[in-house]
Amino acid sequence: MSFQTFIFYFLSTVLVISALGVITARNPVHAALLLVLAFFTSSGLWLLLQAEFLAITLVLVYVGAVMVLFLFVVMMLDINIARLREGFWKYLPMGGVVALLLVVEMGMILTSRSVGFGDVPQPPPLPSNLSHTKELGRLIYTEYVYPFEIAAVILLVAIVAAIALTLRKRKLDKYMDPATQIAVQRKDRVRVVSMASEARLDADSAASAEKPADATAGKESKPA
Amino acid sequence: MSAILQPIVNLGYSLQALFAAVLVAVFGNEAAPYILYAVKTLLLILCIVVPLMLSVAYLTLWERKVIGWIQLRLGPNRVGPMGLLQPIADGLKLLVKEIIVPSGANKLLFVVAPLMAIMPALAAWAVVPFEPEMVLANIDASLLYIMAITSMGVYGVIIAGWASNSKYAFLGAMRSAAQIVSYEIAMGFALVGVLMAAQSLNLIDIVKQQQSAFGVFGWFWIPLFPLFLTYLIAGVAETNRAPFDVAEGESEIVAGFHVEYSGMTFAIFFLAEYANMILVSFLTAIMFLGGWLSPFPQSWGLLGQSSFLWLLAKAFIVVSSFLWFRATFPRYRYDQIMRLGWKVFIPVTLVWILVLGAWMQTPLWVWWKGT
Repeated sequence: MSFQTFIFYFLSTVLVISALGVITARNPVHAALLLVLAFFTSSGLWLLLQAEFLAITLVLVYVGAVMVLFLFVVMMLDINIARLREGFWKYLPMGGVVALLLVVEMGMILTSRSVGFGDVPQPPPLPSNLSHTKELGRLIYTEYVYPFEIAAVILLVAIVAAIALTLRKRKLDKYMDPATQIAVQRKDRVRVVSMASEARLDADSAASAEKPADATAGKESKPA
Repeated sequence: MSAILQPIVNLGYSLQALFAAVLVAVFGNEAAPYILYAVKTLLLILCIVVPLMLSVAYLTLWERKVIGWIQLRLGPNRVGPMGLLQPIADGLKLLVKEIIVPSGANKLLFVVAPLMAIMPALAAWAVVPFEPEMVLANIDASLLYIMAITSMGVYGVIIAGWASNSKYAFLGAMRSAAQIVSYEIAMGFALVGVLMAAQSLNLIDIVKQQQSAFGVFGWFWIPLFPLFLTYLIAGVAETNRAPFDVAEGESEIVAGFHVEYSGMTFAIFFLAEYANMILVSFLTAIMFLGGWLSPFPQSWGLLGQSSFLWLLAKAFIVVSSFLWFRATFPRYRYDQIMRLGWKVFIPVTLVWILVLGAWMQTPLWVWWKGT
């Protein structure tokens, strides 16, 4: 067994275990984190296929952005696990049929002679100076430019639609327009009042003004 | 390779040859190359991580000194001469402190979170070049790799906030998640500009293509100036440093995501934050400030030579400016952070990418033209 085969089986084992964990974990946060692990190991598998651009993009997009938002939402949910499991036996027959179909289909693909992977030859090793990123970019922007542009526009429409669906004016909105905040003048906030100065009225002078006789008496008695 | 390091490199090669001979004698011809490769890689990793950890320790001292001077104080000056042993004392203190796991916390994730924070902060250094041949892994898509790995740093913060079972920690985690995801977009677009100008994703090529007859003006900070500023500020926000430190927000949510952490678990978050700061400084120096290239003409003798010392000097200036920001600016209000990220930086970067694309088609583009 070569070193690469060993790495492949190692990554595949981790991938299968973590993918099983995603659907069996009771805690949704654990499930989301296991999904992160699954993405990460599958990007390792892509690296083994020398598809470094796709592998790094998988980590960048799914691990770095999509799953962060997933976790963001999952952590804020207060999920009642018991209620989620209530309908288990009711949905089992339907789910079982779908699962069986999937297993049969996968088995047919993996074992059949005409479409099976047994006959697919191992790809020849690529020249080391070949840049996948460059090749991919060249293909996307020349040969497949129209499908690529259409996909981009569909994504843009999805973004606009998502924003339009959630955009609403709330009654208790505390939004402040930054332009008006910056445009505030001193006179809007502070009023400077001009007035004549007044004599200071502190405790000592108040006491002496009220009882001048006592004060002088006290002073005279001290040296004696 | 610069002349300064040549004797060390020669010594390393002789030691490697000696070690290889010993390995062949012990394990035979089959396994020896693999073992040699593993040992060599581990040693090279240590050569990066040990100086990095030392710089993190002394960056904390430098930060306290600089902020002290800015605020007309002395900063730490009691432990050792001029306070030079302060980081060691701090480290020892954190090492021997008790690690407290709060009741109701998710124990496994509570301990895993600091690891998730430091792992990407260290893994990104694998592709950071210090000189044309001084790099652990010279991969073709290193810029993309850096982006992918640094985008995983947010997990440490989110998991820490959630696993702590504390409302302050959770608020800090939520703030951090939204902030980091927002600023990553602006940062990514800034990197797209670098990629366009250098026409390569390889960090070594990016530096090489900043070399020109114009010296300082040939570096990418001139044609990519708006992207340079965006990257620098987004870098401050990505590392959760003041004035974008709402994830910690001492005055609002105590200490944010790491409020429940103590001892070494807290120290690891601290290490990760400073390692990320140093990483962003190095990347800024590499992508916009000419990396190891000298700002002076070659005729100036030793000063005109390109060397990793120049890279260190540039990164030092950038990292010091992080400290300067912290001492100068008050913390942003949270909605203002979001506004700055989405409504200022992303449009600025998008427009500049468009300008750059048009500019590069004209004869006015005097920087890297491709081969």
